Amino acid sequence: MFISSLLKLLGALPLTLEVWALSVVLGALIAAGVTWMRGSESKPMKLFARAYVAVFRGTPLLIQLFIVYYGLSSLPAVRASFVWPFLKSAFNCGVLSLALCTAAYQAEIFRGALLAVAHGQVEAARACGMSGLLLFRRVIFPIALRHALPAYSTEMISMVKATALVSLITLWDVLSVALKIRNDTLVTYTPLLIAGAIYFAVNYAIGAAFLTLERRLSTHLRPRPG
Amino acid sequence: MGDLGIFGFGPGGWGLALLEGAAMTLLVSACGLLIGAILGALVAWARLSGAAVPGAIGQAYAALFRGLPELLVVYLVYFGTSTLLTSAAHAVGYEGFVGVPSFFAGALAVGVISGAYQAEVFRGAYRAIAKGELEAAVSVGMNRWLMFRRIIAPQVLRFALPGLGNLWQVALKDSSLISVTGLTELMRISQVGAGSTHRPFAFYLGGAALYLVMTLVSNQAFEMAEARATRGMRRATG
Repeated sequence: MFISSLLKLLGALPLTLEVWALSVVLGALIAAGVTWMRGSESKPMKLFARAYVAVFRGTPLLIQLFIVYYGLSSLPAVRASFVWPFLKSAFNCGVLSLALCTAAYQAEIFRGALLAVAHGQVEAARACGMSGLLLFRRVIFPIALRHALPAYSTEMISMVKATALVSLITLWDVLSVALKIRNDTLVTYTPLLIAGAIYFAVNYAIGAAFLTLERRLSTHLRPRPG
Repeated sequence: MGDLGIFGFGPGGWGLALLEGAAMTLLVSACGLLIGAILGALVAWARLSGAAVPGAIGQAYAALFRGLPELLVVYLVYFGTSTLLTSAAHAVGYEGFVGVPSFFAGALAVGVISGAYQAEVFRGAYRAIAKGELEAAVSVGMNRWLMFRRIIAPQVLRFALPGLGNLWQVALKDSSLISVTGLTELMRISQVGAGSTHRPFAFYLGGAALYLVMTLVSNQAFEMAEARATRGMRRATG
């Protein structure tokens, strides 16, 4: 019983991880756009970026997911349009919705990290003749990355937890498989507890990976041994 | 959108039902935050006390509930408390299944999650109290309770306020997950409305708008509270 549940639940793990990875990457791209708009000179773009963050952080992910999956698919205009082949699939809706939500949180992390880059560093780089992409690649990005890592790791973990919501839009992720085993076998807790252990292990691994990365990237900040 | 009549307050309008749902969301989130405050304070106390076993239990609790999906916690608490209650009822001779009211299970689930995060907020806030103030309190002869009431509690609450504001918003949003247990809070009402009128887009959008109003208003309220709580303090910036 225990072993077969564990195997079934592990079988659902790839879908959970797939939803997670795709939404996180897509979310980072959207977040980069939102951060860029927030920093731009144009007032409407700034306003849009702020509103985007406020709306997606101020409403539950569950209702965002339902707007995309149940809401959009109910509109005849959407069903007739070119996006329908994409939105028809629950998987795509799940990834899209999670990505839109995490983008708002990631944009805030990016913004905070960019603000933390000391102005003197940028000035020094400009004085050396760097500008544009070179300045970003050599100075701003590496410094901002270090500032962003702790908050980014938290966001990655909360996205793993957020993937559990796709169980409510008919996808067979770890949680929905656990609930199905529970219904089929009338064993109340074991499936949910094993599922919990799987989620916890994944989150632990992500947390540990980010901690290692943080240590690697901050060797120059540690006191010298001896 | 066409007609907004479905959100009206007359017959056939869902306005009142949605507002009632929003009120239920506020109530269950507030109860959850309160349960979380009690749990969080206990865990922070256990960890700050330096005692090995309670500290380890507190740390394990906080790590566990920050690593589990919120939806899974809602299911676990809902099924878990029902089983406990049923077996308790069997012990006193009652037959059959006893379901825990979904309000109670929901508030408990939100509270258990919130508590894991509030523990960190309270711990950080306690750490922010200047050590000299505690020493001064001891040296003027305050006992532990008096010191807690006059020195620790007011400052912990002040330092914890920004963190608690964030966690209140998290609780508001997490409470939408309780809809899976059937509690008629805002998310559930939106689902019911969407189902019975076949207008899911309008209903989920309306529900989301109400959530947004709640988070924006409470954001403002916490900012005002923060300004008030720190009115006598010198700041490093601003």
